[in-house]
This record gives sequence, C-alpha cells and structure tokens, in this order.
Amino acid sequence: MDTSLITDVTIFVLSLLVGFEVISKVPQTLHTPLMSAANSIHGVVIVGAFLIASTAHDAVGYVLAFIAAVFAGMNVVGGYTVTDRMLQMFQHRPAPAPKDASTDGSHS
Amino acid sequence: MAPLTASVLGNLVSPSYAFDDAITLILLLAATCFVLGLHLMNAPPTADTGNRLSALGMTVAVASTIALIAHDGTITTTGWLMLAVGGVLGSGIGLYLARSVEMTAMPQLVSLFNAVGGGAAALVAIADFVRLAGITHEPTIAARISVTSVLDVVIGAVTLSGSIVAAGKLQGMISSNPVVIPGGRYLNVVLGLGVCAGTGYILSGANSDLTLIGIAIASLVMGVIMVMPIGGADMPVVISLLNAFTGTAVAMAGFVINSLGLIIAGALVGASGSILTKLMADAMNRSILNIVAGGFGTGDTASVIGAGATGQVRSVGADDVAIQLAYAQKVIIVPGYGLAAAHAQHSVKELADLLEKRGVEVSYAIHPVAGRMPGHMNVLLAEAEVPYQELKTMEEINPEFPRADVALVIGANDVTNPAARRPGNAVSGMPILDVDKAKSIIVIKRSMGHGYAGIDNELYADPKTGMFFADAQVGLRAITAAVKTLVGVD
Repeated sequence: MDTSLITDVTIFVLSLLVGFEVISKVPQTLHTPLMSAANSIHGVVIVGAFLIASTAHDAVGYVLAFIAAVFAGMNVVGGYTVTDRMLQMFQHRPAPAPKDASTDGSHS
Repeated sequence: MAPLTASVLGNLVSPSYAFDDAITLILLLAATCFVLGLHLMNAPPTADTGNRLSALGMTVAVASTIALIAHDGTITTTGWLMLAVGGVLGSGIGLYLARSVEMTAMPQLVSLFNAVGGGAAALVAIADFVRLAGITHEPTIAARISVTSVLDVVIGAVTLSGSIVAAGKLQGMISSNPVVIPGGRYLNVVLGLGVCAGTGYILSGANSDLTLIGIAIASLVMGVIMVMPIGGADMPVVISLLNAFTGTAVAMAGFVINSLGLIIAGALVGASGSILTKLMADAMNRSILNIVAGGFGTGDTASVIGAGATGQVRSVGADDVAIQLAYAQKVIIVPGYGLAAAHAQHSVKELADLLEKRGVEVSYAIHPVAGRMPGHMNVLLAEAEVPYQELKTMEEINPEFPRADVALVIGANDVTNPAARRPGNAVSGMPILDVDKAKSIIVIKRSMGHGYAGIDNELYADPKTGMFFADAQVGLRAITAAVKTLVGVD
C-alpha cells in the first residue's frame, strides 16, 4: 500500500482528534466566532488554488484556477475579517470614563 | 524535469528536496498557528489574539506556497495572472461582505463562506484530475488520487449548492419553510447511485474527466434537494453540518494534491463543524438524520397539540411591566430570534442598564439554538455591548430561575414551552429554559402566533405570565420610558 496515503490518513485522524480536543473547550458564547474562524481556516484551500494554477497550461485549467482563486480569496480574507470584527465586540471596553469627567465641574 | 506524476506538490519527484522540505516545515508552522489559534478561542479575552494568530499562519502558508511555485517554475504568466486577478477579486468581495454585514445576517455570510470553501476544494480536485487525465502516457490515475478526488468533488459540490440554498433561505430569498420537492428523495437516491456508478467507472481505470464533471453536477443537484426541505428552525444544525462538510472537502483536496496543510486544516474544521452539529441537534432533541430528512411541521406530530394551552391569557401593559421590573431584585432576560429580527438588542441593553442602575441583578438566558446559528444570540448581544459575563448558558441559568422575580421573554417561543417536559408533542424532550419556574413571567410578543414547532406555548396560559403584545423594539422602548417615569431616573 501507498505509504504516503497511510501518512496522510494518520495525519488526518490525529488532526481530527486534536480538533475535537481543542474545540470542545470553546464556550457557547463564542460558538459563532468559532465557526467563522473555522471557516477562515478552511480558506487554506487557497494553497490548493495556487498549486492548480501552477500546473495549468490550457484554458480549462486557467478558468478552474481563476474560479478557485476567487472562491478561496473570498473565503480567507472575508472569514478572518468578519471573525475579527465579531471578536472585537467581546473585548472589554474601557469603562465610560468621559461621563465622570463631564460631571466633575457641574457638581462643585 | 518529468511531468508531475502523482501530486501537484510533487515533493518526491522534485529535484530539490531541501527546498520542498523547508516548505513542508513552514506549512507545519502554519498548521500549528491554526491549532493554537483555536485553542485561544476558549475564552473571550484571548479569542481575538487566537484569530490573529490563525491569520498569521494563513499568511505564512500562502507566502510559502507562492515561494514554492515560483521555485518550481512550472507556472505560466497566465497562471500568475489568474491567481493575482482571481485572488484580488475574491479578497475584495470577501472584505466588502465582512465589513458591511449586519450581525443578524452572520449566518448567511458563514453559509456563503462554506459554499465558496467547498466549491474551491471541489475545483482543486477537478483541475488536478483533468490535468492528470490529459497526460497521455499516464496509464491510470492512482486509486488514492481518484477516490479522494471523487470524495472531494461530491462533498465540495453538495456543500457549494447546499450552502447557497441555506444562505438564500436565511436571507429570505428562498422560503424558509420546508419546501418539499416532489419525488426529491427518489431523485437523490437515483443521483447517489449515478455517483457510485461514475466512481466505479473512474476506478476501473478510465481517466474520464467528463465522468468526474458529471459527478460534480449530480452532487450540486443533491445539495439543493438536501437543503430545500429543511425549515428555518433547523438552520443552526444545517449550517454546522455544512461547515463540517466543507472541512472534510478541504481535507480531501489535501489528499488529492498531497498537501499536509490542507489535510490538517480541513480536519480541524471538520471536527469543529461536527461538534457544533451535535450540540445543536441535542439542543433541539432531534437527530441529524431526522433533520436532513425533513423539517418541523412536516412530520405527523403536529396533530397532537397540547391540551388546554389555548386557555385564557393575561394581557399586560408597559406600566405594569415597568413596575414589576423596577422593583425586582433579580431579572432574567430570555432573548430569542424575534429580538434580533426587530433589531431590539440595543433597546434591551438600555433597559437592562437602567435596571442595573437601580440595583436590579440582570442576566441573560441563552438557549443554544437562540438565533440562526450556534452562538448567534451571544454575538448579537455583544454587538449591543452587553458584557459577556451576563450571558448565561442554559445549564448555568436554569437553577437560577426559581430565584428570579421576573423572567422577561422577548421573541423566544418553543425553547420556553413547558410542554417539552411531557411526551407526545412536537417539542417533547427538547431541552428548555425553565422560565415557568420564575416568580413572575413577562412575554413580549406581537401575537399569539406559534413558533416553528407549530404548537401552543403553555407558558402563555400560566397564571404567573403576563403577555405584553408588542413588537420587541417598540415594547422595550415603552417599558424603558415607563420605568424612567416611574422611578424618575434621568
């Protein structure tokens, strides 16, 4: 049997296990950003788009590579951007300090 | 250099092992970033660092791939051009969507990214297969390539069309009701058999790229037939499931082109999607098979409507609600999708702030399927700057309901129905929020309309329950105004 297939399957299964272990610890609060982050990670398929472009030498190959590049580019850039946008909402904002400052003078 | 025989990466046939090994190690570094990034998402304060680490890994992966193909030198100028134009165009669209999307529309966007991810993975396999089939002196394509190619194409194409249908349903462009396609199930069986036959033909040694394209088209149709009959309430499960599919498709693409980065990343996403699918299905007490086979209301349980639930309901006004809330010690807010649909997140936060200023303890009870995707309600409330510490899961909040003076239910329905504790109805066995155990219950709702399950909510007929018939946004503003008048908070 093909040794590289065995290696690939081994890595696949181990990665699945790592994934289950790591992701089961993510709290429910963050499940939407988690899914969005996972979405961005599968954007790594852009690497595949690059590789098929590197071997394309005819119109069919070029068209396929082009569409794959559009899809994957959208996936990667959009995914990371929107995940970051969501996660910023979960960051602690500084307490509304300006309010205190404005009342300083008026109460004296 | 010989034409790349087995894989595009062609690690083993490339003249320079050292360079390729270095690239493989760099991809391992990227994969490490992905895992650590996901690990950092186990708590809200570190989650954004995690995502940025993951993005860094992605940048490294892309940069090293560019270095690899430039070093290989097989890419043509047109190839570069396709990548550059396609990549920039795709990134631009992605960036625009990510920046402009409203948080309520997040499930559609995630679905769309699932679709393009799955589609790109399928295209990778198709392109590689077409190329291999075109190499005439290659007698047969190795089984490990053709089997994974078919799997990649099937899963990727089902995800592509299925996710687009799901996004269309979420966006309201396609009816969110279960749309039963006449004979759809039979057609799916026929298509499935066709895919199997095509796979057999390819495995028999026919380098037929047309067969693979036929399989892709059949899979696209299967994706549509699969998602069309699924109703809006099941969307959290469907999105999670399609997310797992995309991950698997990407991993299969990794097998096809022998790229460890794709295999690892795909497996991580597959794991994430599977966990979320399981959590969502459990939260609705439904099996995944049951959901894919047909949505709520299409089953035969709809006729067994709970008895006596249509009894008298007590209607209350904004002033009554304001008095109850203002003099409560502990208030639990139960938000449902109706809250988000009315864009009332900010109004609820304003009311909560007002109550907290008076020393009322406010927390939010979030059912796992509140919203249209896993954790959706949390994001909607986080957008309105509700501190995430106040967002409680079902397990955390249920023991607290008996201590709550008021449970304020806004736009949530089936997940609060006590009928779920009894067998024999459409929501039986579904884990619910124990809202009925609170000392007093206020429900803000536009009408006595049913939830997705299509049955009466017995909570509404509870003597402790006051129904405030209003749009969530309008109702909350009225209550807030009434509280202000009542207690004279400026």
